[in-house]
Amino acid sequence: MPDLSAEVLVIGAGGAGMYAAIAAAERGSSVILVDKGQVGRGGATIMAQMTVAVALGQQEPDSVTLHLEDTLRAGRGLCNEELAALLCEDGPQRILEMERWGTRWARESGHIKQEMAPGHSVKRCCYVDFLNTGPAVAATLRRKVSEIPAIRRVSNLAVVEILTHDGQAIGAIALNLGDGELITIQANALILAAGGLTKLYERNSASANMGGEAYALALWAGAELIDMEFVQFFPIGHLAPRLVGMDPIMWDPFRYKLGGKLLNGQFEEFIDRYGSTDFGQYNATRDIAAYAILKEVEAGRGTPHGGAYLDFRHIAESELRSAFGPVIDRLAANGIDLTKTVVEVGPMAHYHMGGVRVDASMQTRVEGLYAAGEAVGGANGANRLSGNAITEAFVFGARAGSVAAEKAKPESGKWDEKSADESRQRLEGFRANSQKNGIAPITLQAELQKLMWDQAGPFRTGEKLTAALARIDEMRERDLPRLRISAAVQFNLDLHDAFELRAMLSTAEAVVRSALARTESRGAHQREDFPNTDARCLKNQVVELKDGELLTRWIAPVRLNRSEASHG
Amino acid sequence: MVSQAHKTAHLRISRGFPGGEKHYDNFEVPYEEGMSVLDALRWIRAHLDSSLAIRYSCINANACKTCMALVNGEVEYTCIAKLTPVIVTVEPLPKRQLIRDLVTDVIPDDEKL
Repeated sequence: MPDLSAEVLVIGAGGAGMYAAIAAAERGSSVILVDKGQVGRGGATIMAQMTVAVALGQQEPDSVTLHLEDTLRAGRGLCNEELAALLCEDGPQRILEMERWGTRWARESGHIKQEMAPGHSVKRCCYVDFLNTGPAVAATLRRKVSEIPAIRRVSNLAVVEILTHDGQAIGAIALNLGDGELITIQANALILAAGGLTKLYERNSASANMGGEAYALALWAGAELIDMEFVQFFPIGHLAPRLVGMDPIMWDPFRYKLGGKLLNGQFEEFIDRYGSTDFGQYNATRDIAAYAILKEVEAGRGTPHGGAYLDFRHIAESELRSAFGPVIDRLAANGIDLTKTVVEVGPMAHYHMGGVRVDASMQTRVEGLYAAGEAVGGANGANRLSGNAITEAFVFGARAGSVAAEKAKPESGKWDEKSADESRQRLEGFRANSQKNGIAPITLQAELQKLMWDQAGPFRTGEKLTAALARIDEMRERDLPRLRISAAVQFNLDLHDAFELRAMLSTAEAVVRSALARTESRGAHQREDFPNTDARCLKNQVVELKDGELLTRWIAPVRLNRSEASHG
Repeated sequence: MVSQAHKTAHLRISRGFPGGEKHYDNFEVPYEEGMSVLDALRWIRAHLDSSLAIRYSCINANACKTCMALVNGEVEYTCIAKLTPVIVTVEPLPKRQLIRDLVTDVIPDDEKL
């Protein structure tokens, strides 16, 4: 018998997971909401210091159609237009709903304040001061979730496999970090809301739990992934001097509000050399800016830490203070005075456009298995527009939760003890086969992160990707079965890291195989051996696991019928 | 002690679990100006002793608020507590039930199994 049971199991309790849990409970389902960290405190949402893009039209005239056009343009022709349209259509109501639930969006003159951001054609991005959007929305959702008795929250429970029976998702098995036990959970519907994969890369803006587990869980359960080659490298992540207490991507809102000059190691502006303009504004899209910075570094015009300088020295202190108040003090505590010093910034893995392949009701091809938030692939195509990530978390979370609740009728409950036992034995093997002279899982994770950064990062070649694939294969076949796992019972992070590493390897392989097969450069996927965009590659790649092998295939992008789009 | 010549920080870390014997382990970590106590704890896990139990999520942003421990006797978020040029002692929160090493039970009762 399973240890726990609910109609809907939500895996991951960031923005998408909490929204999904609320939506499912509001439709009458019993919900278990689990997170390997602490519910409402893990994941990416809480780290977002910046903006949420929604066509509220409160700052200036805007429309869902315009937001969709901007999103599709940023996606370089590869967006799943149904998912992108859903994001744009439902965004405004979610933002207003969050305000009713207590989020205090920055306001002026009686309306929600909306700022310009790169790639948007109007002022569309709302936020919570000061650089507090993520913590504020996470607090709102945590409070809301805790007020709903039908939602059972479980922290420090890491889901490590989805259980299936006859091709249907029936539950999950999870590591309870507190006592080291493997726990089984029966559920009629499961929602993967465990976020992205940026922890696969050495330079990242990830939290501890962005190892791509949602993708691996989906693959192993029989679902498909899509667009896995499109990892967004955020161009101006903080590199130096060492800065603590701030999200490394904190400079984005500074640039929205204040501009700031992006300079190479020789203190020259350079974005215009790469087919875009910047000039103290913030116009270049993320993929072009990331590309330009790394090309300058490669040409020997980088900064000491391998990036570019960001310069606000021309902006008066009073202006800095009125825009960012207490944040200026936090910078001072790190010895950074923007009126006197420049900071070093550079690309880091920040977001994954690809993910679990779902239809517009967030359903995977596995019955009972849904996805939400960054775990979902397709809405953002080859490049995500800034501000769309939190919108996507709320919109897809709400959709997944309500659809899952309708499908999760009590009578559909199934359990398969044999499937659970097989899973348990496989997982117990990690502890049982621990090698005294083996390598610690976290050490191998670090090697994988460096491998992915060097060989499958912002600039790719067929040769580098092939080498990455060989090493990933070797890590899985040779190293993974011979890890050194501590014998500790409580909070055994070695065991957690081993399970996470297993997922990271599957997800990394999906990224590399997709990147290898896409012989062109488009959006966030840059092949140095195929530098041009190839019209023949205006297709999406789907990844699936078949007889133990990861296979990729091409499909035509999901398009909206245009009259429907303009009607939206 | 942070030796500028060797750029090394020294940490003294409380180890153990309820009912077991508690002791302190000493670790030396390469020091970089501005680094946090959590940076050092993560470096120890990756390079010296992966069995060290610590709790954190957001790493750097001081957003998740889950990385608290006792640093030189004061309750601190380890992600923003800077390493200082003396031996840094890190211990679990004293008023919470110990789980293991630096991890204490800070999870609300209604979020537990």
